[in-house]
Amino acid sequence: MAETYRQLREYNNSFNILLVLHVVVIAIGLGAAFYMEHNGHVVTGMNNQVVWGLPHVFAIFLIVSASGALNLASASSVFSKLAYKRFARLSAILAIALLIGGLVVLLLDLGRPDRLIIAMTYYNFKSIFAWNIILYTGFITIVGIYLWTMMDKTVARFNKVAGWGAFVWRIILTTGTGSIFGFLVAREAYDAAIMAPLFISASFVYGMAFTVWVLITMCQATGHRLLTRDVSTKLRELFIIFIAAMLYFTAVQHLTNLYAAEHIGVERYILWSGSVFTWLFWVGHVFIGALLPLMILMKPDFGSSRVGLTSASILMLLGGMAHIYVIVIGGQSYPLSLFPGMEVTSTFQDGVFGTYMPTLPELLLGLAGVSIAMFIVGFALKILPFLPSPVEEDQ
Amino acid sequence: MISLKPDQIQPVAQNTNTNDGKIRDAKTREDSSRREFLKGSAAALALAPGMTLFAYGEAGAKPAAQAVTNKSRWGLLIDAAKFSDADVDACVKACQDENGWRDNGRPLTDAQWIRRVNLKNKKTEEKFSLPMMCQHCAEPPCVDVCPTGASFKRKDGIVLVDKHICIGCRYCMMACPYKARSFVHEHVEDQKEHAPRGIGTVESCTMCVHLVDEGKQPACVKAAPRGGMVFGDLNDKSSKLAQLIKSVATQQVRADLNLDPGVRYRNI
Repeated sequence: MAETYRQLREYNNSFNILLVLHVVVIAIGLGAAFYMEHNGHVVTGMNNQVVWGLPHVFAIFLIVSASGALNLASASSVFSKLAYKRFARLSAILAIALLIGGLVVLLLDLGRPDRLIIAMTYYNFKSIFAWNIILYTGFITIVGIYLWTMMDKTVARFNKVAGWGAFVWRIILTTGTGSIFGFLVAREAYDAAIMAPLFISASFVYGMAFTVWVLITMCQATGHRLLTRDVSTKLRELFIIFIAAMLYFTAVQHLTNLYAAEHIGVERYILWSGSVFTWLFWVGHVFIGALLPLMILMKPDFGSSRVGLTSASILMLLGGMAHIYVIVIGGQSYPLSLFPGMEVTSTFQDGVFGTYMPTLPELLLGLAGVSIAMFIVGFALKILPFLPSPVEEDQ
Repeated sequence: MISLKPDQIQPVAQNTNTNDGKIRDAKTREDSSRREFLKGSAAALALAPGMTLFAYGEAGAKPAAQAVTNKSRWGLLIDAAKFSDADVDACVKACQDENGWRDNGRPLTDAQWIRRVNLKNKKTEEKFSLPMMCQHCAEPPCVDVCPTGASFKRKDGIVLVDKHICIGCRYCMMACPYKARSFVHEHVEDQKEHAPRGIGTVESCTMCVHLVDEGKQPACVKAAPRGGMVFGDLNDKSSKLAQLIKSVATQQVRADLNLDPGVRYRNI
């Protein structure tokens, strides 16, 4: 029987260059974090109106993607789609890596990252944020166990259970991430239960886009084919379903808001005020992140080709960043409504749209999060057999 | 005499000097006699109906080593009709002087524990201003969302931040409907002993808890125009504050959220 998985041993120089590049980006990002920590958040674009900035956008994007990166593993273990079994290990290690990348960014953007031990030991169980800390560490643990059951024959009989456990956990985790916003009763852009399923649908798209991106990169690095035509076609179809689901939840989110008079202001601000968020929503999230990939994927041949899947994945990831940016920054930028029916002004930006311009250190920290995730995957592929073996079939 | 039991030790809170126990102990002894005096004075003032101080007096000073109880719930009534812009600014200045936060010329990132909000009724075009700060909610969203429990509500209703365990996640700022909280964006100097501040943590109005515990009124109340702010015990039906809230039309900001704020307004 041919081996299903292999350790990454033969690869061209581009892989090494990529790893070095990630190390450099990580080093620069950590330097940027130190700079922000040393001087305080005054050197960032964040302020008392927009309190979460670009690092949170990266962190949430990576955490949401981590959940979705588990798609192929879940499809094989939970839904018995054996065609994806070859990708299960890569899918699981990518999920862990993306989550760690996101958490590092989140941690380094805290006002007091030196108090990590407090975050780990003091829990307010009424806080969805505290629950998320448990969900994140639990995710790493349970997916780690899941990986173990995939790789060690002595515990292989627990694979199904671990697969189910990881699947249920990831759904709860993304529900928790979406609920960070859903539970904000005072913010008109949030405060909706739909944030949880919206985040779950988005995770399916972004996580799988990361998976495909990594697979195609590894095809490039090894010079081998890792995806059969059959799997490429299945991925194409899955992408179409997931993008459609994400667009559906996005549409419901905004349409239900538009129905309520109190939310029309924020919807007008996001959807058609001409603000940066309007552009990011329509051009970034909807067009680049959803419609353009759909146009590519709807063409059966091109959509399942390496070029088609790669370009669609990159577009989905770019659109995903725009999506999370609009949610995180746009939602905060819209002023709180303290006195309905009144014109409000103050020296504390009451009644005005909050301004936020990301700074270079924030961007560098965010990119470092992506690089941490990619470096972990690259390193893991080199030391353990996570990578699917090459396929002979022509694409 | 004040007798102390072991279980009456007050938990470490934001405004307790935890680094210098000697200073605190000495101060406690020195203050206890003054508090007893204030208690008596306040009770005497209670005999003169209509005086603002009456609103606060009955509860009196609380010995520092005595645990806070839910017998009192401290609150404020702010009459917007009594405030000019300059009056609100005077309250802001008093808060700055008392608690040591200041304007660094960076309005986007400077802390503001209390601020002047200018309002204009869109229909009537009537203009007025009022002070806005932490509303010390009975159901504070900032406390609910805080992952470490750094945001907490004392039993007497005062909402505070424990600077020792605040990790600076800013989730409380996202959750507060009143935009009452500030993040300390840069290094702070010349801090007041009773109002410790720290870079990378969140802060807000403490209702001058250090003064309240000494049987005094918050700084903004003292600086407000006569009758502009009434401070007192919402739980004490005989207090001026409770009587006013019972007898005149008052408003809660974002009453729709059902947070039961300790700060109420008139004439908005």
